[in-house]
Amino acid sequence: MSANLVIAPEQLQIDPALLAQHPVASLVIQLDQIHKTYSMGDVEVHALRGISLTIREGEFVAIMGTSGSGKSTAMNIIGCLDRPTSGTYFLDGHEVSGLSKDERADLRNRKLGFVFQGFNLLPRTSALENVELPMLYAGVETVERERRASEALYAVGLEGREQSQPNQLSGGQQQRVAIARALVNNPALILADEPTGNLDSRTSIEVMEIFQRLNREQGITLVLVTHEADIAQYAQRVVIFKDGKIRKDYPVIEQRDAAEELKTLPEIEED
Amino acid sequence: MGLMMIIRVAFRALVRNKMRAALTMLGIIIGVSAVIAMVSIGQGAKASVQAQIESIGTNLLFVSAGAQNLGGVRSGTGDSGTNTLTVEDLEAIKREVPSVSMVTPTVNARSQLVFGNQNWNTSVQGVSEEYPQIRKWLVQSGDFFTEADVRNAARVIVVGQTIADNLFPGMDPIGQTLRVADLPFRVVGVMARKGQDAQGRDQDDLAFAPYTTVQKKVLGSPRVQVAFASAISENATYTAQQQITELLRQRHKLTPNEPDDFTVRNMSDVADAANETNNIMTLLLSSIASVSLLVGGIGIMNIMLVSVTERTREIGIRMAIGARSSAVRTQFLIESIVLSLTGGFLGIVLGLIVSFVIPSLLGWPTLVSTLSILSSVIFSAAVGIFFGYYPARKAAALDPIEALRYE
Repeated sequence: MSANLVIAPEQLQIDPALLAQHPVASLVIQLDQIHKTYSMGDVEVHALRGISLTIREGEFVAIMGTSGSGKSTAMNIIGCLDRPTSGTYFLDGHEVSGLSKDERADLRNRKLGFVFQGFNLLPRTSALENVELPMLYAGVETVERERRASEALYAVGLEGREQSQPNQLSGGQQQRVAIARALVNNPALILADEPTGNLDSRTSIEVMEIFQRLNREQGITLVLVTHEADIAQYAQRVVIFKDGKIRKDYPVIEQRDAAEELKTLPEIEED
Repeated sequence: MGLMMIIRVAFRALVRNKMRAALTMLGIIIGVSAVIAMVSIGQGAKASVQAQIESIGTNLLFVSAGAQNLGGVRSGTGDSGTNTLTVEDLEAIKREVPSVSMVTPTVNARSQLVFGNQNWNTSVQGVSEEYPQIRKWLVQSGDFFTEADVRNAARVIVVGQTIADNLFPGMDPIGQTLRVADLPFRVVGVMARKGQDAQGRDQDDLAFAPYTTVQKKVLGSPRVQVAFASAISENATYTAQQQITELLRQRHKLTPNEPDDFTVRNMSDVADAANETNNIMTLLLSSIASVSLLVGGIGIMNIMLVSVTERTREIGIRMAIGARSSAVRTQFLIESIVLSLTGGFLGIVLGLIVSFVIPSLLGWPTLVSTLSILSSVIFSAAVGIFFGYYPARKAAALDPIEALRYE
């Protein structure tokens, strides 16, 4: 495992065919020559034109790109919501590109956590119940479920708000409930799709602080999709999509530290 | 994901939308309660008819003059123009049919009863002294007339309670003399109160006199329209019916291919006819009520379809975090079954309340049937499954990517 960690991501991408034959456990994501083509009537739209990408365990990667760059399609494939037209995809060491709808649903439940731009919490449902939802589908017992949901809410700093419903929570708090929900089944990967898109700058930093803390303290692998360059600076590595291909893939030289930045910002009472 | 979990999820989703759930259930509530109330009214009518028939006596036989054959249904006309039944026939029945214990003719005279300055138009029935035993209807005060009174065509009369109340207000009618067709009759007894019959006629608005007296002095005709006979036991009624028929055919000298010129019926036949009428009424009323159940089911389907569209995003979230299509389908199906079953249970409660209120409100007897409750439960569950399946399938077929993007 430690041997793999010293290999730079650039090196890993040199021989993806070899990796495809020998999936490495510590690689959370291995995409190899992923193509995605949609047919709209007679016209074929090539959303992805041969994407190869590897993400190691414990990495914090930001995916950037304009709309139409293919980053959303890539997100859907990485998130097992969609299947590639061709290519192979190893998630946590398992080939998943050929799985059925139900198998992908199970996989999303066990291996993936989603955080969305619009929070996507169930309305008129308490924070605790929202966080319990993935465990309901995983068949976790009631007592265990409540314990883990409370822990996850604690981890995102929402202790005491367990019974609050989404409309009683601020945007930042709602996003933290969503992060707790993404965390609660101990996924191999958390996918955050424009998680700060609906938040003001201070709340955005607060959310990034949670992501950075989870990444550093618990070693959680994070993939963040954003179009804001400054938000991407909180990640360790940036992948830029353009026209269905990866244009750039580089490590962040001066990574921003959300916790440090928050200290310099004046304290605002959140209700 | 276990079924219990899905049921819990479905309940939570319904509780989140209490008002809508309540309105959706309304159709089923009304349908089920209407079915239960209608069936209980039908059953109540049936039970009261049966109770009346039992109070009349199940070993009672009717013999009437003439025969009617309408569409295969034979019934006695009791027509006053028919001369086919005579007192001699009835005496022969009593004498020669071993399974018959008592016989009374009934000759009916519509007349004006006059007492002092009071008068009362009623039906005077000419019967024999055995009438009270045959009809299981006894006198309340005084005595019924005797065999001697019948033999002598005595001018004695026994009145019903309604006549006693109207002609003799505040006094004892026994021993008084009233006039029937300008002839004086001595009141010897007052019948016990009997109330209304199944057709709502006042059975206490009757007076009884010896049939001989009515025939000779009131009607001036020896005709007998109807007779009552009593079989020796309940089991003997069919035998008695057969034997009376044979005897009368013989006495009337009917050849084998001539139809009967009289009709013999027993109470079971009458009960069967009444039951059949009631069953048809019950079936008719409850099938009309079932239509509202069907409409209620369509209401559920409508709301479930709206709900699937409205909750597209929720479905997307559930699928994204790992709900299989089958779990989503089961959830929506269970929501619809929970709606219809809860509606069904509330409908049963409402139906029971209605069934208990109707007797005191409208004066109709009701009898709640367990079968109607049981079938309401099964039917409402079936409505939930049938009308919930299509919306549930629609929900399960959603694509999570599209569903998450839905605004």
